[in-house]
Amino acid sequence: MSKVKGHKSVIFDLRLSTFDACLLMQEKPKVSVTRTRRDSAAKDFSFTADSIPAGGLKDVRAKAWDAFTKFSMPITTDEAWRRTDLRLLPASDFKIPKEGAFEDLPVVPESLLKPLTGEQHGGQITLLPGGSRVDLDPDLVSKGVIFTDIRTAEREHTELLNKLIGTIVKPEDGKFAALASALAGNGVLLYVPKNVQVETPLHSVLWGPGTDLAHFSHLIVYVEDGASVTYVHEAASPNEMGHAMHAGIVEIHVGKDANLRFVELQSWGRHVWNFSHERARVERGGNLDWIFGAVGSRLTKNFSDLDLAGEGSVGRMSGFYFTDGTQHLDHDTQQNHLAPHTTSDLLFKGALKGKSRSVWQGMIYVAPGAQKTDGYQANRNLILDEQARADSIPGLEILADDVRCTHGATVGKLEKEPLFYLKSRGIPQAEAERLVVEGFFDPIMQRIPFEGVRERFQQAIQDKLSVDK
Amino acid sequence: MSQLEIKNLHVSIEGKEILKGLSLTINQGEIHAIMGPNGTGKSTLAYTLMGHPNYTVTEGEIILKGQNVLELEPDERSRAGIFLAFQYPVAIPGVTVANFLRTALNARRRAVNPEDKGISILDFRKMLKERMDTLKMDHAFAGRYLNDGFSGGEKKRAEILQMATLKPEFAILDETDSGLDIDALRIVSEGVNALAGPELGVLVITHYQRLLNYIKPNFVHIMLDGRIVESGGADLALHLEEQGYDWVREKYEETAEA
Repeated sequence: MSKVKGHKSVIFDLRLSTFDACLLMQEKPKVSVTRTRRDSAAKDFSFTADSIPAGGLKDVRAKAWDAFTKFSMPITTDEAWRRTDLRLLPASDFKIPKEGAFEDLPVVPESLLKPLTGEQHGGQITLLPGGSRVDLDPDLVSKGVIFTDIRTAEREHTELLNKLIGTIVKPEDGKFAALASALAGNGVLLYVPKNVQVETPLHSVLWGPGTDLAHFSHLIVYVEDGASVTYVHEAASPNEMGHAMHAGIVEIHVGKDANLRFVELQSWGRHVWNFSHERARVERGGNLDWIFGAVGSRLTKNFSDLDLAGEGSVGRMSGFYFTDGTQHLDHDTQQNHLAPHTTSDLLFKGALKGKSRSVWQGMIYVAPGAQKTDGYQANRNLILDEQARADSIPGLEILADDVRCTHGATVGKLEKEPLFYLKSRGIPQAEAERLVVEGFFDPIMQRIPFEGVRERFQQAIQDKLSVDK
Repeated sequence: MSQLEIKNLHVSIEGKEILKGLSLTINQGEIHAIMGPNGTGKSTLAYTLMGHPNYTVTEGEIILKGQNVLELEPDERSRAGIFLAFQYPVAIPGVTVANFLRTALNARRRAVNPEDKGISILDFRKMLKERMDTLKMDHAFAGRYLNDGFSGGEKKRAEILQMATLKPEFAILDETDSGLDIDALRIVSEGVNALAGPELGVLVITHYQRLLNYIKPNFVHIMLDGRIVESGGADLALHLEEQGYDWVREKYEETAEA
């Protein structure tokens, strides 16, 4: 590990894990620039101001709508969208599910409602097209914990909600942030009061069946100073013909010396265009353990920003993705060290099959004066089929002079020799491949403290490996 | 008693012929040693027996218990009873020794009975600990990633551990002595000797005679330029140790050129 001295120095430390080292022969650091003609952009959305949900967030939403109307559809000449093309997005077809729409749509599978992190949930919220269900342990209610859907929060916690919403992710952050801010009638408010330790994990599921529908969600997680909680959020839908979309916002506040473990899993159907803007702000001495799992959707563009705002704050981001077919997953991460003695540690690992594609673009930013920070980012990709492609673009921007920042990015292929070795012990080809792929993901599994989540990822590996290209 | 029979084997790699008509028959219960100078095709023989895809058999046969081995995939060969202790075992990061061995054992059981639920974790752990004790291996070894960061000695011990677990009928040891100090060599040899017996045929491939001080062969073969040119008893190895390979080269290369 190197130490960076001096202003704006940038170092490239390709820290290869041993597995990557065994892939080295095949390794191609891929940084590709695709120049695309400024073709006709995608059709724009047909939503109108009448689509804005009524309720306690009227003013916030109206402002967001204003911001939305100023954004045009992103095109590939926009830096953040260079590798993710929306020209096939049938934006104008999408409608907002009517109240109670879920009653005529496939129901949420029981498997999604099972606890992933322990024996039982302290609370569970199910967000449905045009509806929601809420359940919270009365004991937590008595401690002042709020864990409810946005509809309820608009009625019962109007003031708090208005105070918190839009403070971390702003409508101005992008077209989809503005859209979700303006139109999300569904969502979650999690508020943990000062020094309250929530022992049982909380769970929410966003279930988005149906076609030609636009699902919006807005998650607000506010953990007060000294409090701690584990929260798992899943977004999913069945595979259906046609198109659907989701645009979501996740706003996270981790107070001083507070602790949040946040797991988000997406297994959207193959027809879903998925967009999200997420940002976590961690205050002095706070700790965030942020886990991402992505196996679904037709296309995903996810912005996840970690703002280490207070001295000594710590954030860890762990990403698991596995694509196949023609899936396209684009994760844009930002680790912002805004205060001294902050630590960030990001590891995203993905496997790709068929003609699928992943993009990971990550940036570590160290603000002036954020001395003694330690930033790490690594993205590892395993290409399982010739036509799959992974773009991995790490970046550093360092404006302090006493920091330690390292990063690495690798794209490797499944190698013949390890497979031959495993086969020579009587393990059939398919199982040998599974072992190597599981081994590849092991460093991510090691970072996940929840057996249920690890099992979910293992299942995803099995499922993905067994489907046809 | 089963038999591994290699008949007039010709093998090419990337169009270049390495094995040029090699014949050898090994019976269960016998220990054969193949010795020869570097580049003579010893490892090619080992890899070809195991079915490495880079090696093309252009002529000849390999018969195991009356079955044509050349038609089998490497995993099928393994399940049929062939084992190769690799000279350079490859690392499989993220896969523990225990997980790997259990997968390998269960693959064998499922090949016999597709409904098999696999060996119980308890039975497996007990068995693995016993095997590791025999090879003087720390039990923590089971939790390490396969060959990942292993020392030379650990790698070779791990190979013998696999052999002890999978119980082959024919084991090929490809330069198992390379990279071992004398203590490791003794432990590995003891491991092999503990497995040797009427149920196991062994083919020891080695450049040096010293391994054969520990693993006593019934037959020694000298390989040169892709063929076995001389066969004899254990004393042939001692002769080689004293005289080197030059006399073999003189005797056979000149004849070949004449």
